Amino acid sequence: MTASPAFLPTTGGGPVRTTPVDAVALEARAAALCTRSIKTTSKRAALHTTIRCIDLTTLEGTDTPGKVASLCQKAIKPDPSDPTVPSVAAVCVYPEMVEHAVEATTGTGVAVASVAGAFPAGMSAPAVRVADIVDAVGRGAGEIDIVLNRSAFLSGDLGRAHDEIAAAKDACGASHLKVILETGELGSYDQVRRASMLAMAAGADFIKTSTGKIPKAATHPMILNMAEAIRDYADQTGVVVGLKGAGGIRTSKQAWHHLVIVGETLGSAWLTPERFRLGASSLLNDVLMQLQKLDTGRYSGPDYVTVD
Amino acid sequence: MAPSDKTPEPFGIDYAPAPESTAVVDIADGYGHFINGDFVESLSGATFATVNPATEEHLAYVADGSAEDVDRAVAAARAAFEGPWGQMSGSQRGKYLFRIARQLQERSREFAVLETLDGGKPIKESRDLDLPLSAAWFFYYAGWADKLEYAFPNRTMAPHGVAGQIVPWNFPLMMAAWKLAPALAAGNTVVLKPAETTPLTALLLADVLRDVDLPPGVVNIVTGAGVTGAALVDHPGVDKLAFTGSTGVGKAIQRAASARRIPLTLELGGKAAHIVFEDSAVDQAVEGVVTGIYSNQGHVCCAGSRLLVEESIADEFVERLMRRISTLRLGDPLDKNTDVGAINSADQLQRITDLVATGVAEGADLHQPGCDLPDKGYWFPPTVFTGVQQSHTVAREEIFGPVLTVQTFRTAEEAVEKANNTPYGLSAGIWTEKGSKILWMAEKLRAGVVWANTYNRFDPASPFGGYKESGFGREGGLHGLAPYLRERTGAKGRGA
Amino acid sequence: MAEHMPVDKTFKLFIGGAFPRSESGRTFQLHSADGKLLANAAKASRKDLREAVKAARGAQAGWAGRTAYNRGQVLYRVAEVMESRKAEFTSVLREMGQTARTARSEVDRSIDRWVWYAGWADKVHQVLGTVNPVAGPYFNFTFPEPTGVVVVASPDDPPLLGLLSRLAPVIVSGNTAVVATGGAAALAAVTLAEVLATSDVPGGVVNILTGDKAELLPWALGHMDVNSVDLTGAPDGLADDAVAAAADNVKRIVRADPAGASPHMIGDFLEMKTVWHPIGR
Repeated sequence: MTASPAFLPTTGGGPVRTTPVDAVALEARAAALCTRSIKTTSKRAALHTTIRCIDLTTLEGTDTPGKVASLCQKAIKPDPSDPTVPSVAAVCVYPEMVEHAVEATTGTGVAVASVAGAFPAGMSAPAVRVADIVDAVGRGAGEIDIVLNRSAFLSGDLGRAHDEIAAAKDACGASHLKVILETGELGSYDQVRRASMLAMAAGADFIKTSTGKIPKAATHPMILNMAEAIRDYADQTGVVVGLKGAGGIRTSKQAWHHLVIVGETLGSAWLTPERFRLGASSLLNDVLMQLQKLDTGRYSGPDYVTVD
Repeated sequence: MAPSDKTPEPFGIDYAPAPESTAVVDIADGYGHFINGDFVESLSGATFATVNPATEEHLAYVADGSAEDVDRAVAAARAAFEGPWGQMSGSQRGKYLFRIARQLQERSREFAVLETLDGGKPIKESRDLDLPLSAAWFFYYAGWADKLEYAFPNRTMAPHGVAGQIVPWNFPLMMAAWKLAPALAAGNTVVLKPAETTPLTALLLADVLRDVDLPPGVVNIVTGAGVTGAALVDHPGVDKLAFTGSTGVGKAIQRAASARRIPLTLELGGKAAHIVFEDSAVDQAVEGVVTGIYSNQGHVCCAGSRLLVEESIADEFVERLMRRISTLRLGDPLDKNTDVGAINSADQLQRITDLVATGVAEGADLHQPGCDLPDKGYWFPPTVFTGVQQSHTVAREEIFGPVLTVQTFRTAEEAVEKANNTPYGLSAGIWTEKGSKILWMAEKLRAGVVWANTYNRFDPASPFGGYKESGFGREGGLHGLAPYLRERTGAKGRGA
Repeated sequence: MAEHMPVDKTFKLFIGGAFPRSESGRTFQLHSADGKLLANAAKASRKDLREAVKAARGAQAGWAGRTAYNRGQVLYRVAEVMESRKAEFTSVLREMGQTARTARSEVDRSIDRWVWYAGWADKVHQVLGTVNPVAGPYFNFTFPEPTGVVVVASPDDPPLLGLLSRLAPVIVSGNTAVVATGGAAALAAVTLAEVLATSDVPGGVVNILTGDKAELLPWALGHMDVNSVDLTGAPDGLADDAVAAAADNVKRIVRADPAGASPHMIGDFLEMKTVWHPIGR
């Protein structure tokens, strides 16, 4: 591939190039993919894949060891009445809850993810944010979700935004780093595309849409946009980066349309928990009710799934 | 014609079949012409068969119109023009059109399934494009019917009388809607001839016309092939002709109509350039190029069949394009996940096959994704030619199939020069993020529709039609209403 | 003092801003209404038509590329020069048999007609163009563009007003023209050519062929680099076959009131271009 002005470097002199994004056409493409019809066997497969890719999340100031234990149980056995239903990928909690989550999930295959780095705003001193990450890793978190420094990014200090992610990656050690772009705050698909490339170039293992703390979150065009960035990054560097949608994903239909978008953009190889995650809480029960409908032919209700 | 090493492996996720139910459609054994409000057999008794191009299954027998049948239809149209329709107020005419629009919306699933059965296009296109636009066309022109004095200020306009309209097989119902709606809004009556491979949705529309109590004779539909069309063109009782179809037939119609000096609208072929600059939104440009040439199997007069890509990104762009093409799902047009359906007819398949063979023989490089074609029916895989020169047949002739040629350019001037170097002039596409370049290009391209950072968008409010050999007259918008009206003799302009 | 002996004018063609004789060497005689020989006018051949079309094509992009304001000024300048040569135009019409009064009136109306069209140069787009409210996030607009090279069969009657009424709506929008004129009306056309040559109209924008319209028009109708033919002034005997040949490159055939005036007459020689662009961020 030839270097060209179409692919402006996003990092200081780095090899990574990005492309402009046309909002209307991007949204039209995402809408077209959302008309894909998923029936019978592929529906069950899609629902199971959805569960296997969920980061079952609780990020509240009111979280307690009891709440986290209950969540972990749900993560391990989402439907106690149906052993064919797989576990979710991970539970996602605040650093203070990590040890409780680790205790509840050890040996189950469910990973523990922790937000860190002064989540959700990230507006603490760099050293404090790094310390937060180190702390979470020390408590046993195998995955760390941090936020992009939007303040640096939007003020044009791309170098700082990049270097802070690189520092976070160092602090993670062997733990995986997910970088939350908080797409709803970046103002355009162009900016998200640029931020995606920047985060990947800085060492992110996953790029993630949102914190879940603001209303505009993981929309289908946004997932498409970021999937395209991941594909471009893989084309340019050979490095595989994962994608996590989070925030506002509540229904099975939303989730499997995300699968369609990722599958048709990045290929089926991306439809595994190693490369794709859905950060969610209420989504899981909607998926379970859909599975019950497939099994029984009847529509289920919230009383037939556990609250957590 | 083995796929080259550029052709990527299929890529994507599995979907179980999701066929649209055909239970909603009731196809009769046979269909007559729709003349003066009734279905009637051909006077000769002749019929022809229409088949499902995806399966080659017989669908129905359809009356084969002769000059005598056309004569009956024109007489009915004349009587309706001189009778109820000619006397009716604009607002009343408009109400009939509104009713038709509503009926099309309400019965859209039925129409969409029938369109796909008869023509082979993917159900998602007939469902999401043909039907909504057909209804929208009637809805839009309905509103003009009682506002003609505002549409044409300082001029006293009158309908021509009987309009003869011939529509093609690529968007059978939608093309009928594009033609009928403005003609009726303006106060004409119509004799419509659908294409011989796709007559069924027009005949189902006849059902709607009866249901909305449109006075008999206002719209008459005579089915048949070229002979029927020629009889309509030559009929002395026709006051206005409108044709959408190939440039070859269009020229024959212009020749035939020239001696009679009747007004004519022609919407003919194209060989649109789709121009991609290196500063474009590349992923959306890829998508636009794919939509531009593979939607409706490339059976689109404005298809973006010539990709002109800036040389600096050509290799990368083609790579992205090929990867995207490998995700296209070809197969059962009734499956809701099908992207590329069946070729409309055996004849058209032959034409595409021959032209592609010519492309290979002339030295262009053929690329086709490794997709399986169904055993029965008429199919052609999405095809890309690289290494194409301006002089190659595949870069000059309208193929009207899923075949894209790729050429490169170095400067905007060169792109314009290559784009305009064709007798056609229907449409063009531009992809660049630079606004001033878009406007510069849009001004220089000799084409009636220019899509910038989008492609193949249609709207009843948006005029559509060609320059040069792509025809004349416009369909859509205020400009699409004008061809169905004449300035009353004696009422002159108010110039100096 | 001896009476001045008149120097007769040679009536030549007007192609690409120059005044050549017909390549064929042919001429035809123009007589005044009272039978006096006025001139041996050049009788254009099909090859002259070919050269005129080439000149018109060569000038078209540049003419269309001028601003509408500039084209309006150039046309207005033509009217100024006509005004200064009113006497000449009047005498031409008188030689064709018009009374002084009707000749003066036709010249006045012709100049006014031309001025009227000059003013349309930067207005017709606003009358004929539209912004279209499509159902989606797109800015969509339609604007007129010249169709290209137009051959104008100039009406015999009214000779000057007819010529100007057909020519002005062709060129005001940026088309270039090849005028075919014959008979006595050629006198008016040749006089106009001299006006055009001494005003600011670029060479090739208007080309004037005198001769036999019935001979020239079939070549024009069959010419593959002509976009439109105005048959308003075509002779009655023009064969249907000749007109049918216009279909070979889908020419726009126009027939109109020879002395009418309307922005829609400009519209007859325009193509409507519709541009779509998404509205996004």
